[in-house]
Amino acid sequence: MIRHLLSTADLSRADALLILDTAEEMARLTAGRSVKKLPTLRGRTVVNLFFEDSTRTRTSFEVAAKRLSADVVNFSAKGSSVSKGESLKDTALTLAAMGADGVVVRHAASGAAYRLATSGWIDARVLNAGDGTHEHPTQALLDAFTIRRHLGPLDGRRIVIVGDVIHSRVARSNVALLSTLGADVVLVAPPTLLPLGVEQWPVEVAYDLDGVLADADAVMMLRVQRERMNAAFFPSAREYSRRYGLDVRRFARLPESAIVLHPGPMNRGMEITADVADSPRSVIVEQVSNGVYVRMAALYLMLAGADDDVMSAQEGAA
Amino acid sequence: MSEHQTTLITGARILGGEPADLLLRDGVIAGVGQGLDDTGATILDAAGLVVLPGLVDLHTHLREPGREDAETVLTGTQAAAMGGFTAVHAMANTEPVADTAGVVEQVWRLGREAGYADVRPVGAVTVGLAGQRLAELGAMADSAAGVRVFSDDGHCVSDAVLMRRALEYVKAFDGVVAQHAQEPRLTEGAQMNESVLSGQLGLRGWPCVAEEAIIARDILLAAHVGSRLHICHLSTQGSVEIVRLAKQRGLPVTAEVTPHHLLLTEDLVASYDARYKVNPPLRSADDVAAVRAGLADGTIDIVATDHAPHPVEDKECEWDAAAFGMLGLETAISVVQHTMVDTGLLNWAGVAERMSSAPARIGRCDTGDDAQGRPLAVGEPANVVLVDPSASRTVDSTASASLSRNNPYEGMKLPGGVVATFLRGRPTVSDGALV
Repeated sequence: MIRHLLSTADLSRADALLILDTAEEMARLTAGRSVKKLPTLRGRTVVNLFFEDSTRTRTSFEVAAKRLSADVVNFSAKGSSVSKGESLKDTALTLAAMGADGVVVRHAASGAAYRLATSGWIDARVLNAGDGTHEHPTQALLDAFTIRRHLGPLDGRRIVIVGDVIHSRVARSNVALLSTLGADVVLVAPPTLLPLGVEQWPVEVAYDLDGVLADADAVMMLRVQRERMNAAFFPSAREYSRRYGLDVRRFARLPESAIVLHPGPMNRGMEITADVADSPRSVIVEQVSNGVYVRMAALYLMLAGADDDVMSAQEGAA
Repeated sequence: MSEHQTTLITGARILGGEPADLLLRDGVIAGVGQGLDDTGATILDAAGLVVLPGLVDLHTHLREPGREDAETVLTGTQAAAMGGFTAVHAMANTEPVADTAGVVEQVWRLGREAGYADVRPVGAVTVGLAGQRLAELGAMADSAAGVRVFSDDGHCVSDAVLMRRALEYVKAFDGVVAQHAQEPRLTEGAQMNESVLSGQLGLRGWPCVAEEAIIARDILLAAHVGSRLHICHLSTQGSVEIVRLAKQRGLPVTAEVTPHHLLLTEDLVASYDARYKVNPPLRSADDVAAVRAGLADGTIDIVATDHAPHPVEDKECEWDAAAFGMLGLETAISVVQHTMVDTGLLNWAGVAERMSSAPARIGRCDTGDDAQGRPLAVGEPANVVLVDPSASRTVDSTASASLSRNNPYEGMKLPGGVVATFLRGRPTVSDGALV
C-alpha cells in the first residue's frame, strides 16, 4: 500500500481493489448499526487541513475518521496560504509539532498535497482531499465504489464523463483510476474545456454527447461553473445546457441499466436537470454515503499499524 | 588591491586553441605569445585551461534597490565574477523601477563601488513597467549610466503602438528594445509550459504561441520602422524558426537563450518543486534541441543568464504561490560547456562570441574606456576569464556568492569551472575563489 494518497495515478490495480474491498468491509461493519464506531484508529490523530472551503468533503472525512475512533482536528487555514504569515510549510511544521498522524489536505493550488508529503516538513501520512485542478483521489474511489456496487467489476465497463474536464480534479482522478480498473473512459466536452494533449490520455474523446449515450454503462456529469462563459469557454449557460446538459431526452437514450453520477454540488438546470438528478437511476445521494466508507478505508489502510505490514494489519481487522 | 597589477598567464589555450602566454599589465593586454617580459609579474600557470574574454551578461536581475533580501549589486556582481563575467546588464524591475535617470545612475554607481563587474543598467521601456506610457528613455541614455538597452522584462510591451514608438524612439541614441515576449491574455495565471504534462499536473499552461506571436509581431514592427530589436530568453522551437527566417531576410533582430532553457525540460515540474518555476517556463526536449541548434548556427546570438534571485520563502511553498525565476550567473559557463561544447555544437571561440563579444555589441558596451567583449589582443582591456574544461563539480547551492539559493542545478554534476576572472587586469576571482 502507498504511503500517501496523493494521486490515483499512484495506485496499482491491487492497491485500488484493496481500498474498494476494505470500503465494502467498512460498509458491512457500520451500515444499519446503532453504534457505528470501530476502535481501529483509537489514539491516532487525523487533521483536516482545509485551505479551501468544502463542507461536504471535510465533513465526510471527519465522519470517516470518527467512525474509526480517531481524534479529529479541523484546521481551517483558508486564505492564509499565499500570505507570508502562514505558509504551507509553517502550517505543516505546526501540525508535525502537534503530533498529527494523518493530514487530510484540501488546497486551491495544484501539487499542494504532493509538496506537503514530499518536502520533509512533516512525517504524517498525507491524504489529498483535492488540490487545485489536479486530483481528488477519494472522490474517484467513491465513484468507482458506487459504480461497482451497481454494475459489478469495472473491467470493460463504459464510463462517460461529461463537462469541464480542463478544470476538474475529479475528472483527472477518475480517468487514472477507472482505466487502472479496466474501464473504458469516454470524455465528452466542448473542445475549450478539454486540456491540451488529452488525446494522449487513456480515454476516448467526443464532442457530441448524444452519440455516446447508447452504449454507456454510467454517466458522470461534472459541475460547470457559469462564470466560465465569461472567459469564452462557451457562449452561454443555455447553449452549454443544450449541447452538454443531461436532460430527460438524453437520459432516455441511455441503456435501462445505466446509472448517473455527479460529484456535487450540482448546478441543477445547467449540467443536469432536476428530474434526472432525482430519478431512481441517479446514484448521487448514494455517492455521499459511499464517500464515508471509502474514506474510512483509506484512513484505515494508511494509519492503522502504519509501521506494520499492511496485509497483517488488514487481517487484524477482519 | 592595485588597479595596475601585472599578471603573466602561461600556457593557456586562447579561445580553446593553441597554448600561449598572456601578459596583463596596466589594465590592458600587453602581450600575447611566447617569451613575454615578466618583470614584476605574478605568474599564473594556466596549462590546460581555456582563456576567454570576460563574459558579458545581457540579462541579470540584481534586485537592488528594493529587494536586498534576495540580492544586492555587490553580491550579484560577486556571483557574476565567480561565473567569469566582467559585465552584467541589470534589469529594470527593481523597487523603485529603473525608469528614471536617478535610479539607473544609482545602480551604475553601486556597481562601480562594488568593483566586481561593470554594471550596465537596463532602463524600463514604460513608466513603472506598467505598459501605459514611455519612460524617459533619453534621460536614461544621457545619464552617467549611459543606458542603451531598454526592457520591461518580466512584462511584455504588449501594446503594439507603444512597442512601435519605443523601437523608433531609441534610434536617436542607438538604443535597443529587449522584449520579454509574452502575449498577456494567452498567459493569464500561467504556471508552466502548456503541454500534455500541464494537463496532467493541473497547472495552467503557458503556450509556446504566446511567445511566438509577439516575436513575429515585433520583428515585423522593427522591420517596418527600421529599428533593431532584441528578443529576451527565447524558449521555443517555433521562436527559433521565426528568428531564423527573419535573419535570412536580413532583418535587424537579435535573440538570447538562457542556460536553463539549453539544459532543463518541463519534466522537472512534475515534482511541483518551485525551484523549476521560471518565466518563460521550461519547455519540451524538442524545444531544448531547437534552441541548442539555433545557438549553434547563430540564429540565437547570445546566451544570457536571466539570473533571478529569490528568497527561500518565495520558493519553499506551493507552486502557484512561488515566484518565477532561477539563479544562473555562477553556472552559466558550465551549462554552456555541457550542452554546447561537450556535445560538439560549439567551440570555445563560438562560446566567446556568444557570451562576450555579441552581448557587448548588442548592449553597445564594446567601445570606449570600459569596453567589454573585446578580442584577446594586445592593447585591448584586460578582461579575461580562465576556464578549466576538465574540471567537474556537483552543484551546491549553499556554496554561492549570491544571497539566494534558488539554484535549479542543485545536486547536478556539471563540467568545467571558472579558475580566475580579471576585470581590467585586476583579479576578481583567483583559484576559483573571490578576491
